[in-house]
Amino acid sequence: MKYINEFRDAELGKSLIARIRQRSTRPARLMEFCGSHTVSIAKHGLRQLLPPTITMLSGPGCPVCVTANADLDKAIALAKLPDVIITTFGDMMKVPASRSSLQQVKAEGGDIRMVYSTLDALKIAQGNPSKSVVFIGVGFETTAPTVAASVLQAQQQGIDNYYVLSLHKLCPPVVKALLDSGEVKVDGIVCPGHVSAIIGSVPYEFIPRDYGIACVISGFEPLDILQCVDMLVAQIEGGQPGVEIAYRRGVKPEGNRIALELMDRVFEVCDGNWRGIGVVPGSGLRLRKRYQRYDAEHNFEIKPGETVEPKGCICGDVLRAVKTPLDCKLFRKVCNPEHPIGPCMVSSEGTCAAYFQYGEGYGR
Amino acid sequence: MEDKILLAHGSGGKLSHDLVKQNFVPLFDNTFLNKLDDSAVFELQGRLAFTTDSYVVNPIFFPGGDIGKLAVCGTVNDLSMMGAAPRYLSIALIIEEGLLMSDLKRVMGSIKKAAQEAGIKIVTGDTKVVNKGSADKLFINSAGVGIIPSKVDISGSNARVGDKVILSGSIGDHGIAVISQREGLQFSSSVKSDCAPLNKLVAEMLDSGVEIRCLRDPTRGGLASTLNEFAESSGVGIRIEEQDIPVHEGVQAACELLGFDPLYVANEGKLVAVVAANGAEKVVEAMRRNKYGKQAAIIGEVVSEHPGRVILKTRMGASRIVDMLVGEQLPRIC
Repeated sequence: MKYINEFRDAELGKSLIARIRQRSTRPARLMEFCGSHTVSIAKHGLRQLLPPTITMLSGPGCPVCVTANADLDKAIALAKLPDVIITTFGDMMKVPASRSSLQQVKAEGGDIRMVYSTLDALKIAQGNPSKSVVFIGVGFETTAPTVAASVLQAQQQGIDNYYVLSLHKLCPPVVKALLDSGEVKVDGIVCPGHVSAIIGSVPYEFIPRDYGIACVISGFEPLDILQCVDMLVAQIEGGQPGVEIAYRRGVKPEGNRIALELMDRVFEVCDGNWRGIGVVPGSGLRLRKRYQRYDAEHNFEIKPGETVEPKGCICGDVLRAVKTPLDCKLFRKVCNPEHPIGPCMVSSEGTCAAYFQYGEGYGR
Repeated sequence: MEDKILLAHGSGGKLSHDLVKQNFVPLFDNTFLNKLDDSAVFELQGRLAFTTDSYVVNPIFFPGGDIGKLAVCGTVNDLSMMGAAPRYLSIALIIEEGLLMSDLKRVMGSIKKAAQEAGIKIVTGDTKVVNKGSADKLFINSAGVGIIPSKVDISGSNARVGDKVILSGSIGDHGIAVISQREGLQFSSSVKSDCAPLNKLVAEMLDSGVEIRCLRDPTRGGLASTLNEFAESSGVGIRIEEQDIPVHEGVQAACELLGFDPLYVANEGKLVAVVAANGAEKVVEAMRRNKYGKQAAIIGEVVSEHPGRVILKTRMGASRIVDMLVGEQLPRIC
């Protein structure tokens, strides 16, 4: 079995669309949590194929975007310390923080290196024993286990100059916070595929139970998403919300036990600071006490300075799904991927970048 | 110990002289170069096309080619895209001290092979060696001249409403082949660079008698950027069909993994043409007879709506904008 073209089959896609059109009688607002879903929906033009009854909203599922300015400022403050090498995933480089960006600090002489995995960061630590190597840990439940593994590996191999700035975020608690705020009316959630591959389907069960909202875990190809929408519509029309998995090739109900254990061994749950949403209880991860020697916050005196939010940028509202990039006065005019004002335009998974790149709303 | 390039190889003294005389001159052997005068002197008649390009690819060897082959094909193709028949090229090397002599010889061998295939002559050159760290292994600059046949008028601004857009083959192969070898990102892949000289393919297209309006090789920025350039320069809209654009499975898979879109990935042996609608099939037939045009196909058309914009019809039947490449394509992080 192959995993790309089979899930882009035009005929199957058209029959799924026909079924959704037939099934959908009442207005339904569906929110995709994950940035990769946002990109796929835009790239394959799925929004325009769905019936007018269905509105697709984009949620807070781009890890770079949801990182608060205050936390970005910490990364930048760390990058300015002497003998510190910052290692980070590429998308973080360009995000403008309060006064600067990692890219700018790099141009000013900061040692900031783009890596593709935490193991690359560990290698850099091994190769530079006289420096402190800090990995900027950004991401959801998908990324956190790999960062946990790097901490354990550092311990096993006696690498004592490796640190993690843990800005990890957890998905279910922020969904709860969004729903509790009452700001966004949602009938169904396209639950993230990669996050769910780790956590499984059980952690979403409170959503249909307590909020009466349909949940379906989706893969990332167009057929995956259409099938997910079809299942959500069936739940909504039938008045029986639940949690279903449309991404069976990637997700088991119980998740990935090994990854969860790794995460739990190294991290403990703490409050998380989300751009546009604020501090959400129990939505972040910090290193447990016994791994504190690898915790950047614990080992460096970080002075991030006062947080300044970009003027006129509505990334926060976009992340809460109360506005779309088309509502932003800066979108396309001032803010574009070359000159991003907010993070949603920087990250390849950001809602604004997806709208920009694929022309969502063009001609509207 | 393996023979390496020393600073003295670029000093202009004995070592430089020996390097050129023993290695380069016999390899490229032609009456213009063999004289080793300060310039190559030749006569050409007609309208000339003249171009230059620098090659800094990393790594210098990649599946399907190397920096030498690229330096010849890239410049040959730049001339060809104006409809010119390439004739003479220069090759200037900037070598980082310490480069293995065997690597340099391998690259020079590729230059010779590519030049032979394209039927052009390397008539002049230069060799400089810089301190370790001042360059990355090897940079090459090549310039070239070619003759444009009379009546040929090719420009990105010539596209007219109703014209057809033709693509010579699969996209994204070069970019993925190179990136699969990048340090820190090595992944095993069967993808090979499509690096190839396209002058003969272009000559056969011109011989078909159909008016070729626009012609360009979609290198950096990929197919998407080339089509946007045509749309903007000609003040027209372009519509393309996703299902008609060939993408190799390995390229598709690597793109998914890295978060790239094949439409934006570089090619080094492909071309995009805009031709009059009534001659499009004839051009495609001519192209398919050439080994670099076997997969040639009509992928879209020029329209009067949305001037300056390229719209792609997706396999699912939706339409979306294909914008210029902005910034770099960066891998996804979750």
